[in-house]
Amino acid sequence: MTDDLQRLRAGLEALPQAPDPATRAAALARAMESFDRSQGTAETVRPKSDRPARAGFLTGAREMIQKLTTRPALAMTASFAVIAVALSVYPALKNGLPRPGGVAVPASETPAGTTATPTAPALTTTAPAEIAAPPAAPLAAEDSAATGPEPGVAAQERARLAPAAREEAESAAALADAAPLGEAATGPAPLQKLRATGTESLRTPPAPAPSTILQPAPDAFAPLPEANTEAFANATASAVKIAAEDPVSTFSIDSDTASWSILRSSLANGTLPPADAVRIEEMVNYFPYDYPAPKPGAAPFRAAVNLFRTPWNENTQLLRIGIQGAQPALDARPPLNLVFLIDTSGSMQDANKLPLLKQSFRLMLPELRPEDRIALVTYAGSAGTVLPPTPATDHGAILAALDRLDAGGSTAGAEGLALAYRVAEEMGGDGRISRILLATDGDFNVGIADPEDLKAFVANKRDSGAYLSILGFGRGNLDDATMQALAQNGNGTAAYIDTLSEAQKVLVDQLSGALFPIADDVKIQIEFNPAMVAEYRLIGYETRALAREDFNNDRVDAGEIGAGHQVTALYEVTPVGSPAVLNDPLRYGTGQRSLLPQPTDDLAWLKLRYKAPGESTSRLVETPVSAIAGEADDDARFAAAIAGMGQLLTGSTYLGNWGWDDVVALANDARGDDPFGYRAEAVRLMRLAESLSR
Amino acid sequence: MRMQTPDEALAIAAANGDREAFAALLSRHYDMVFGLAFRLTGLRAEAEDLAQDICCALPAKLRSYRQEARFTTWLYRVTVNAAHDRRRRAATRTKATDGWGDWEINRRAGMAEEAEAQDWLAATMRQLAPELRDTVALTLGEGLSQKEAAEVLGVSEGTIAWRMSEVKKRLRQLARAEGML
Repeated sequence: MTDDLQRLRAGLEALPQAPDPATRAAALARAMESFDRSQGTAETVRPKSDRPARAGFLTGAREMIQKLTTRPALAMTASFAVIAVALSVYPALKNGLPRPGGVAVPASETPAGTTATPTAPALTTTAPAEIAAPPAAPLAAEDSAATGPEPGVAAQERARLAPAAREEAESAAALADAAPLGEAATGPAPLQKLRATGTESLRTPPAPAPSTILQPAPDAFAPLPEANTEAFANATASAVKIAAEDPVSTFSIDSDTASWSILRSSLANGTLPPADAVRIEEMVNYFPYDYPAPKPGAAPFRAAVNLFRTPWNENTQLLRIGIQGAQPALDARPPLNLVFLIDTSGSMQDANKLPLLKQSFRLMLPELRPEDRIALVTYAGSAGTVLPPTPATDHGAILAALDRLDAGGSTAGAEGLALAYRVAEEMGGDGRISRILLATDGDFNVGIADPEDLKAFVANKRDSGAYLSILGFGRGNLDDATMQALAQNGNGTAAYIDTLSEAQKVLVDQLSGALFPIADDVKIQIEFNPAMVAEYRLIGYETRALAREDFNNDRVDAGEIGAGHQVTALYEVTPVGSPAVLNDPLRYGTGQRSLLPQPTDDLAWLKLRYKAPGESTSRLVETPVSAIAGEADDDARFAAAIAGMGQLLTGSTYLGNWGWDDVVALANDARGDDPFGYRAEAVRLMRLAESLSR
Repeated sequence: MRMQTPDEALAIAAANGDREAFAALLSRHYDMVFGLAFRLTGLRAEAEDLAQDICCALPAKLRSYRQEARFTTWLYRVTVNAAHDRRRRAATRTKATDGWGDWEINRRAGMAEEAEAQDWLAATMRQLAPELRDTVALTLGEGLSQKEAAEVLGVSEGTIAWRMSEVKKRLRQLARAEGML
């Protein structure tokens, strides 16, 4: 590609033909007039002696260059009368008339402090629903503050064009034709590094017909998205399955919440999020719900199952599986080894990246204990330890090290990861939990840049016992796909931090959940009873699908549940005999009969597998699911509204005429207690999305 | 004699009212300002306007010149900032005008090969984000080192390096997109 760089150089070097002599002479003559004028008016431009001279020079010069367009400059030479006008105008300008343009400072140099937002009251993390946390801070103001220097128009353009780019990627991948269907999306993608991520054993559900993958080539004249190198992880939405043919559904748990924050930052920017950025399970899991806590002595989490009528289809039912992680006593928590791995590459310079990251970590420090230890590793062109392991109470040293961070250089992410794992290993110690917190905009462009290699590296390292969590910052080249891949393979979670209040939610209020795993490799398998269920479909969890046999295979990695975490999964279930059944019965039958001696009226059989942290053998929890539908409580209806929102954003075909009005009404009605305003914010974003999608 | 005087000394003299020094400084550097303006905007008329604006504002600007930077570095910075302001003003008028946009009307009648090269250049520059365009104009167009470009743009050297890697990435994408047509 250096060829093209040379070509660009040659083109630019050859570009300016010599300036036109007449134009040049005219410009010089005008400049000399301007020079003479400035000599003559040197005293009169500053009639007030109390005005600081330096400020007068600087702002005056800036104002002048801003006000001075060619038109007045041309007019100046046209006649002496006009020059006289100009003479009287410039002093007036200098004396502080409002400046329309603002100071000529590139937006990226905006001081970091401008994103500072009020911190919400600190909360006791001992509350049972520990996710029910943060701030009733003014979100609208924060959003706009944190959207940063990215111009709205460009962002809009990007979002609009992103789907086209994805189509291109998909068609290219399909043409490559080397991989089986499930890996089609992982192939070489030209514009966006589009990958289906998920665990190593990720299988795309077999449903989508090849025709949906083989999309027609994009319009050759469609403009390219401008300098947008964002990549998102997603897979085709799960399709409706027929319970008689395919009664078993298996997936890994996912307690990430990044998708909701990405969606919020897009909407706050005035654009609909790219469909690939919408992962419904992460949206639903963003919100706290009031699930029953697990009983002491039982499994570290408890699953609550409810069945209720689907808001968008009165002939189907929603099956909600709500999992509540135990909240161990905080006093007894093991000490932590935290390695902050901070991306300080040039792309992190924006106000909503490195500066927000520094503020976020500052918020987090008071939550840590004296026995916790912190190390700081940065990577840009090369990786280095900025702060050796230090007790968490030494705020001075930690804050000073944070303040020294400066963005610049390319991104040697792999080298940084290797160093961070090394530091974590050195810090080790009995009974301590080691966790690497990688803060990045996801742009890895030096060293191992292939996400598959990075995944393999992280998957290899996770056996050392260190967890890897990802905090995403900023937009523009957010490599959500790589972030997801790393977190899923590194036994951690991925969160996206767009505002300081989101930092508070993730790093302060839910810190124990983010840092203390209570169950590893949690998998869910549900077998529907064909006697009761005609069809079903899993809403979300596309990137977390597992093969049926992976459920019992302890070598297959899956998601973690942190202390107090809540995870919700929704199935849309069509009962036998419902008019909403989409598939006609087979003419010749399937010949399958239940193996059970007696038919039961259970709706389904739910099985969960998990490993206690540090163990390698999984345990099994199973329970029948009753087919008796109940009333939906606020939590259930709100989760359904969020799922509906996600499906509208991804253009799902299962919602019929159910639209934004219904989503907003449902969510508004189901807001319930909402002590921290999350649900109110969700309703606000739904309205925004409704307007934007018109 | 003036020809031997360094830019910096001329600039100080001009700031203190030396008319000849100012004239010498202008004739020495007009072409450079015009050249950079051309590379930043992609349009001759824009570049001429911009160069003239800068020249006219220079007497006032010069007073803020403190010999902290080389005069040419300072002048590059003035030019880039003026181009930014102009871009911003244009953006408020119409969001379409973003430089490197109206290439067609500006193309010289000439050899087809040359026209094609210019079209490629215009199309490429249009696809680059403004900050990448500025960086490219300074490093590739003006032949500045990354350090010098960093000084002009007021960012760190690492940022320039990162931007250049972004440019390469972008060129790759464009080449690939071209291949798909």
